[in-house]
Amino acid sequence: MTRRQRSTLSTILRYLVLGIVGLVMIYPMIWMVGASFKTSNAEIFSSIGFIPKNPTLDGYISGWNAEPYKFGVYMFNTYKFVIPKVIGTVISSTVTAYGFSRFKFKGQGFLFGLCMATLFLPQVVLNVPQYLLFSQMNWLNSYLPIVVPSFFAVDTYFVFMLVQFMRSISRELEEAAEIDGCNSLQRLVYVIVPMVKPSMVSCALFQFMWSSNDFMGPLIYIDSVKKYTASLGLRMFMDAEAGFQWNKVLALSIITILPSLIVFFLAQDQFVEGISAGGVKG
Amino acid sequence: MSSPKIFKVVLIVCVNTVKKLKKIMRDNMGIVYIIPWLIGFLVFKFWPFASSLYYSFTNYNLFNSEISWIGLKNYFTIFETAKYTKSFIVTFKYAFMTVPLKLIFALFIAYILNFKIKGVNIFRTAYYVPSILGGSVAIAVLWQFLFQTDGLVNQIIGIFGANPINWLGDSRYTLFVVALLRVWQFGSAMVVFLAALKGVPQDLYEAASIDGASKTRQFFSITVPLISPVIFYNLVTQLCQAFQEFNGPYIITKGGPMGSTTLISLLIYNNAFKTYDMGLASAMAWLLFIIVAVLTVISFISQKYWVYYGDEGR
Repeated sequence: MTRRQRSTLSTILRYLVLGIVGLVMIYPMIWMVGASFKTSNAEIFSSIGFIPKNPTLDGYISGWNAEPYKFGVYMFNTYKFVIPKVIGTVISSTVTAYGFSRFKFKGQGFLFGLCMATLFLPQVVLNVPQYLLFSQMNWLNSYLPIVVPSFFAVDTYFVFMLVQFMRSISRELEEAAEIDGCNSLQRLVYVIVPMVKPSMVSCALFQFMWSSNDFMGPLIYIDSVKKYTASLGLRMFMDAEAGFQWNKVLALSIITILPSLIVFFLAQDQFVEGISAGGVKG
Repeated sequence: MSSPKIFKVVLIVCVNTVKKLKKIMRDNMGIVYIIPWLIGFLVFKFWPFASSLYYSFTNYNLFNSEISWIGLKNYFTIFETAKYTKSFIVTFKYAFMTVPLKLIFALFIAYILNFKIKGVNIFRTAYYVPSILGGSVAIAVLWQFLFQTDGLVNQIIGIFGANPINWLGDSRYTLFVVALLRVWQFGSAMVVFLAALKGVPQDLYEAASIDGASKTRQFFSITVPLISPVIFYNLVTQLCQAFQEFNGPYIITKGGPMGSTTLISLLIYNNAFKTYDMGLASAMAWLLFIIVAVLTVISFISQKYWVYYGDEGR
């Protein structure tokens, strides 16, 4: 074999591997989408093909109109806490990152170390006492336990990401602004924020994704079905569904992830950049 | 009349205090900005963390208003109850199955993608989507759907002549099914690896090829050492997450059958929020914390032997 042939062969091999892996990654989702438009379980489980014979929206319509509440209620509930949470996270993380990256003060190294150490602290350890704390505050069965902490920069991953970014930008503009008489708050608002905006958007996107898919938080804190989030509603629907009509269950699953998918495709590059900048959980 | 004098003194003191305060403020302006985090840390992290240690030594149950100190009894209960020790073993199996598989897979695919491949972005997106949605209930539902007795997986193995397997009902397979969901989400680790691979200088490879090093040799002698900090980063984060996995097993198998997928976080959830045995649940949570902490420390110590941080050292 000549060198040329060998390199063509290895190129073909690479595409083959990538193609097969890609198919394994994506086909389950395609099959899911196809199945949600099929008429019955019998049709769904009859073949590995995904194209429905008689495409129908029945799954979507009857899933959406399920008892006791329409699925739209759960979707609305989800974004009722996700949006404040995203806003709180971005503001508090930016302010904290500004404090850590632009000032020197006593105990700074120690505090920053502490802040980073909480990245490794399993949430499971905190669940019980947090639950007791929020129950004393009478916050159970509301979104407050999920939203309020985010205004205090508890997701330190984002602080880390923003500190990294702020350290990498030059201070010349801030120094110029200081000479012009800007105080530190004005420098944050008028100089830093415009420069770190891309990173802040990344934080917002990740937090949007994570919190709209969050399951354990709402599971612990939300009791009444009326306040259920989409994830809880979907699970309840699954448990209640005797005989299990998969087209309905899958249709609702697709509805719950659709907003996240749309956001992801609109802002794909930001995700990839954000994740490459510091690595990400997930 | 001394009142103007007193007034003057008071005024000077005031002005001085204000000046001092201003100076303190200026020197410590940074603290003002981190106050939100500091409050959040103390109230939502440190206090819960410390009090869960305390609860772990008590018999605290929400149905029983009396709390009494029972020392290490909860910890003994965990070690003596087969159901609980099994859960710890299952979690270890889960972590040691998913973490290496996920990392190897992510690195392998990133390595291939790093060749001049047309349509890199399409492949990257295809691999990345599962991990961005991975934690959602919908994906767990999908997983349950795929592994039904007449689901896609059994249909595909049927094409190769295998008999259908009861994936979700047979305790020999359930943990594997749940673990596979996590491996399927290798995308985010892959994107991190891909970024690291792009940073490896090309001339190193060229020099190595001139010296006659094979591709495999180049991979292990150039690529792996140079991206070892990123491998390390992925290893630590993946380990921490694997030990905390909850959604997958909770939705797909509800921890069953026969406890075969009851990971520690499910066990803690059941004890804390089903039977409200907060003391026991806290002890379990602390054991989990100790395990994760020990593994993290071991990884950090092991860095010295295999992680390469460039010429300037650490």
